[in-house]
Amino acid sequence: MEPPAATSPGPAGPASLRRPATAPGATAPTQAGAVPTTHPVIDIENLDFYYGASQALHDISLSIDHHRVTAFIGPSGCGKSTLLRCLNRMNDLIDGTRVGRGRIRVHGVDINQPDVDVIELRKRVGMVFQKSNPFPKSIYENITYGLRLQGVKDKARLDEVVERSLRGAALWEEVKDRLHESGLGLSGGQQQRLCIARAIAVEPEVILMDEPCSALDPVATAKVEELIQDLRSKYCIVIVTHNMQQAARCSDRTAFFYLGRLIEYADTRDIFTNPANPQTEAYVSGRFG
Amino acid sequence: MSASLHPFRSHSQPARRIEGVIFWAFRLATYFVLACGLAVFANIFFKGGATVFQARAPFVNFTFLTEAPESLYVFEWQGRKVEMGDREFREFRERNPEAAKVKTESYVYSAGGIFPCIVGTVLLVIGSMAIALLLGVCAAIYLNEYARDGRFIRFVRLAILNLAGVPSIVFGLFGFGMFVIFFGWNVSLLAGWFTLAFMVLPVVITASEESLKAVPRGFREGSLALGATKWQTIRKNVLPYAMPGILTSSILGIARVAGETAPIMFTAAYVVRDKLPWDVERSLDFFFQGVMALPYHIYVVSSKIPQNEYTEKVQYGTAFVFLAIVALIATSSILLRSHLRNRYKW
Repeated sequence: MEPPAATSPGPAGPASLRRPATAPGATAPTQAGAVPTTHPVIDIENLDFYYGASQALHDISLSIDHHRVTAFIGPSGCGKSTLLRCLNRMNDLIDGTRVGRGRIRVHGVDINQPDVDVIELRKRVGMVFQKSNPFPKSIYENITYGLRLQGVKDKARLDEVVERSLRGAALWEEVKDRLHESGLGLSGGQQQRLCIARAIAVEPEVILMDEPCSALDPVATAKVEELIQDLRSKYCIVIVTHNMQQAARCSDRTAFFYLGRLIEYADTRDIFTNPANPQTEAYVSGRFG
Repeated sequence: MSASLHPFRSHSQPARRIEGVIFWAFRLATYFVLACGLAVFANIFFKGGATVFQARAPFVNFTFLTEAPESLYVFEWQGRKVEMGDREFREFRERNPEAAKVKTESYVYSAGGIFPCIVGTVLLVIGSMAIALLLGVCAAIYLNEYARDGRFIRFVRLAILNLAGVPSIVFGLFGFGMFVIFFGWNVSLLAGWFTLAFMVLPVVITASEESLKAVPRGFREGSLALGATKWQTIRKNVLPYAMPGILTSSILGIARVAGETAPIMFTAAYVVRDKLPWDVERSLDFFFQGVMALPYHIYVVSSKIPQNEYTEKVQYGTAFVFLAIVALIATSSILLRSHLRNRYKW
């Protein structure tokens, strides 16, 4: 495994993340060359983050690869969800939050720059929440919500996206006969997969998952985990989880956080079998947290 | 140890006796409230019902519901006591010239009906509701969705709270000074609409904010995470779910305010007006005409004219119709809510 490259921008440097009016992306697309199996999509450099006066994240640096599942683990309040929500700037919604020092770059573009359109960012960096939140609309309307916002009205295209997204979220067979019934009529696990389908309908590159299985029973959890494995081939997935077995089962790389600091970031296998840091070892072996 | 001496046997304790007395006091207080309410309703229902309904077919006194108020003339004619409305009496005198010499007693507003008042009240309710909903929902969205908490917002909330405590007569005088005099709208529907709307605004804003708050945060976050703007989120994924609550509370608020006499007595209400509101030369005049209104009519017939058995019939009849209209508005808001609730459940 290659070490997390800190700076090199990915092959697809998107100028579209910036507002159209401003200068095109500073990092021009480079060679297509030998197609790498993976490349960093998100680079976090020395990030400090504050809720009002209290500092929630201290000097976080890590890089997240495409086509990989990256798990954030750590005890409650360690900052893993905060970091996740920084990646698509959902923390903007909370009063008094701010990024101090440091940068988060998606394909080389600093997402906290004023010329970045947060709407464009969120289209490319989708999110699935801890508590499944299907809208009180039909399954079909849930899936097409994002596309309709973008002005897509073509019925055939919408139909196609609904089927593709639901198949992508392994939900098609279960709901194909009741697409026009409320999404809230589904079971908990189905609702969460509906939310995943809704997220992939807008074709993001990154999917952030904030404890997606914490409210699900073991059977539904297994299905979602299986789905995460399937999605890996197309997306860059970041998952926050309380469940260490889950991180061990379905992630490629794992970052362990404690008290707002990144303690260790390595291949999942190494974190769970051969951690370099004694704190990590204590946590993964269940001695605290 | 005998069976009756088990540790849980019941015996009189002061705590239990006090509990019994207190509970009875609570119960009596509730019954008293109920009795008061029933007494008011029964009084208006029976006395007003006598005016609005009648014993012979078609059982409803349509004259009272569809005619304008008239003076009532009472006189002796060929040994019998006759009651006639203004127009009827004039025709009668033309047919019988000798009737001109008959000694008559006249009672103002005691014949005819209250149709212009019903129309006026309905117009006032619709217009003020539209204005209040528009202003109130906009303000609530700003306060709940956009504004960041700060000193200014706290001041705004305080102002809204205070607005709710302002006596209705003060609203009436404000409307008179502002809309009638300063804007030069005279005594008009428009001035009444704005005065009533301002009065109901605190209710609408508070209710709208509560309804917006009740929409789970997850719906907003989910929408924003899909690349929606804040306004798209509000319009597509917050407001539709908040609408049932907003409408219900606002309509109930309006139904209450529609019963106020003070805000309209200087701004919109006429004691009497011959023309009906749609009887205008230019369509723009519609907004600048005064109207008759039920609460003001009740006020006029019960305190501004000599009282007698005939005016009493009009008073109770008007009160009855008024209560029925308010009940109708309230019922429709509840039906509307249950209809909308079934569309969006979570």
